[in-house]
Amino acid sequence: MLALAIIVCCLAAIVGYITAGDKSRSRVGWAVGSFLLPPVVLVLLLALRPLQLYGPEGAPWRRWLSFRIPLTLFIVGLLFPFYWMIVTSVRPDNELYRPWNAANYTPFWTLRPTLQHITDLLSETLFTTWMMNTMLIAIVSTVISLICGLFAGYALSRLKFPFAGGIGTGIFITYLVPQTLLFIPLADIIRNFHLGDSPWALILTYPTFLIPFVTWLMMGYFKSIPKELEECARIDGAPRWKAMAYIIFPIAVPGILSAGIFAFTLSWNEFIYALVFLSSPEQKTVPVGVTSELVRGDVFYWGELMAGALLGSIPVAFVYSFFVEHYVSGITGSVKG
Amino acid sequence: MAQVAMRSLNKNYDEVHAVKDVNLDIHDKEFVVLVGPSGCGKTTTLRMVAGLETITSGRVLINDKVVNDLAPMDRDIAMVFQNYALYPHMSVYDNMAFGLKMRKFDKGEIEKRVREAAEILGIGEYLKRKPRQLSGGQRQRVALGRAIVRHPQVFLFDEPLSNLDAKLRVQMRVELKKLHERLGTTAIYVTHDQVEAMTLGDRVVVMRDGWVQQVGDPMTLYNEPANRFVAGFIGSPAMNFANVRVAGQNGSLWAEGDGIRLKVPAHLSNRVGAYAGKAVTIGIRPEDMHIARDSDPPELNIPAVVEVVERLGSEILLDVAVGPVTMVASVEPTARANVHEQLRLAVNPERLHFFDSETEAAI
Repeated sequence: MLALAIIVCCLAAIVGYITAGDKSRSRVGWAVGSFLLPPVVLVLLLALRPLQLYGPEGAPWRRWLSFRIPLTLFIVGLLFPFYWMIVTSVRPDNELYRPWNAANYTPFWTLRPTLQHITDLLSETLFTTWMMNTMLIAIVSTVISLICGLFAGYALSRLKFPFAGGIGTGIFITYLVPQTLLFIPLADIIRNFHLGDSPWALILTYPTFLIPFVTWLMMGYFKSIPKELEECARIDGAPRWKAMAYIIFPIAVPGILSAGIFAFTLSWNEFIYALVFLSSPEQKTVPVGVTSELVRGDVFYWGELMAGALLGSIPVAFVYSFFVEHYVSGITGSVKG
Repeated sequence: MAQVAMRSLNKNYDEVHAVKDVNLDIHDKEFVVLVGPSGCGKTTTLRMVAGLETITSGRVLINDKVVNDLAPMDRDIAMVFQNYALYPHMSVYDNMAFGLKMRKFDKGEIEKRVREAAEILGIGEYLKRKPRQLSGGQRQRVALGRAIVRHPQVFLFDEPLSNLDAKLRVQMRVELKKLHERLGTTAIYVTHDQVEAMTLGDRVVVMRDGWVQQVGDPMTLYNEPANRFVAGFIGSPAMNFANVRVAGQNGSLWAEGDGIRLKVPAHLSNRVGAYAGKAVTIGIRPEDMHIARDSDPPELNIPAVVEVVERLGSEILLDVAVGPVTMVASVEPTARANVHEQLRLAVNPERLHFFDSETEAAI
């Protein structure tokens, strides 16, 4: 349930993100509105929580009022952007550009779905290249960040050395520096190293925010693993690196997977670095490619845009659902007894 | 075959001096228990022997060899932790085999030793299970098994029974004792439970605030506590204390306090006599008091008012008010006593304890 909510939230974010470029008032309104609805309903539910009103107990009307109806609203709110994206991507052009006051205007469904936009997207644009680029960049930068973050997180949570606490906080603070500020000096560095317009520009810059993120997540996870396990391993005859490899890391797999999923999603969805550091169409990533190549001036290829968003969100949704078990236990804690 | 020795062992954390000048000689095959209230430094001492804490000053010797700078794995010890510390991702078999695999034993030998240990501990049928599929007592056995398969020189136990329920704890206590008799491995055992300490230990080390208070076999600690702290810590219910003054009268010594007037028995008069006119603390164990009969000499009686009667079956505990203090007396189950009743308690003069009020040392 939680994982589903997060998948949908993520998809809502993508859709909200892409439609946010729209100048048409009603569509921006839809995007923003549907984007805000889930958190609002969530806050409402959380506010009801201390009253002990929700859950399977109590009179039927109370259950409806306090649990089922809010939950339904929540799910509808969460799923609506996703639905909107699917409907738009299969809607024929003549329906898509029909004015809102036309007699047969049907914004919420279509009677003549078409795969035209998807085939156009795959054949007429560089979408498959963008997918490959994004995949490569996301995987490589995630792997780099996981390796660095894993060891950094272990060191900061387990080893005693001067300023360990300060360094931990420092790493977290670097994660809080907004990318909208960082891309300016980073652009200079990319230019000096002649990395502009190549995947390396992103593979090497994404870890700047992924490593602090992974480090911080893994620090928390390692702290939840009783240190006696490691002490016992060291008494049993394992030097520290073996205790790490055979005991700590296998136990931390759920944490590593969730950190990996988050890192992958962050780099998959990253926009501003990709926009600034890449210029030629065949180097672009999905978020940048879709928004820059399918919005030409004030012409919006809505069908292709939504088809791109749909296909672009599939790998992320796939990764989430594949690791959902591990991922949930990754955020809810680790070793009991 | 191993002796362990600690020489002027100290541990300083930033501000806290956790272990102060501990000197201890543990003989081969001995079962030594470190006991004390939480924060007394007993676990830190154990962890320094294990090599899990750095030693601020002093030396730890195993078989007359200084091991201060040896890694835990090179000290040939095994440790059992309070939370068992079983590797959750490994089966019981792999948990027990881990130490042997790390030490590159061959497969047949590992298998033989694990089966043997599992046999001793009665966990043979669980070897394929994961720790989370076991009960608390079974996990404890696996943790013990993991320690014994290695045939280490020294066992270190860090409160291994405190996570078990009361009944299981008593059962495991007996099994630990049997196991030690069977294997004869030197063992250091840390606990805050004085009953565990008394029942398990060949010798018991009582610690407080980082200092060793007394080292001795259980009966010595019980009969001849070195100071007021040990006297109050060992024994259940705890020893009763009252502040009294030593006064000489008609050629004999009397301990006089609020509601108490007891004649100091002859065997103590030399030592207590030095405190004539001074304040001392008198200590009486609950089991050394009984309801006075006519035959009991009146100079060894204490007037008391019964406040609570606890009938335990094998004995009755009387919570009584003696002047300003509350005392507990353990009397025979046939005794008749009612709440608010005034009665006289007779004390056993052979078993009175006197402590210096300032230094708290036994007189």
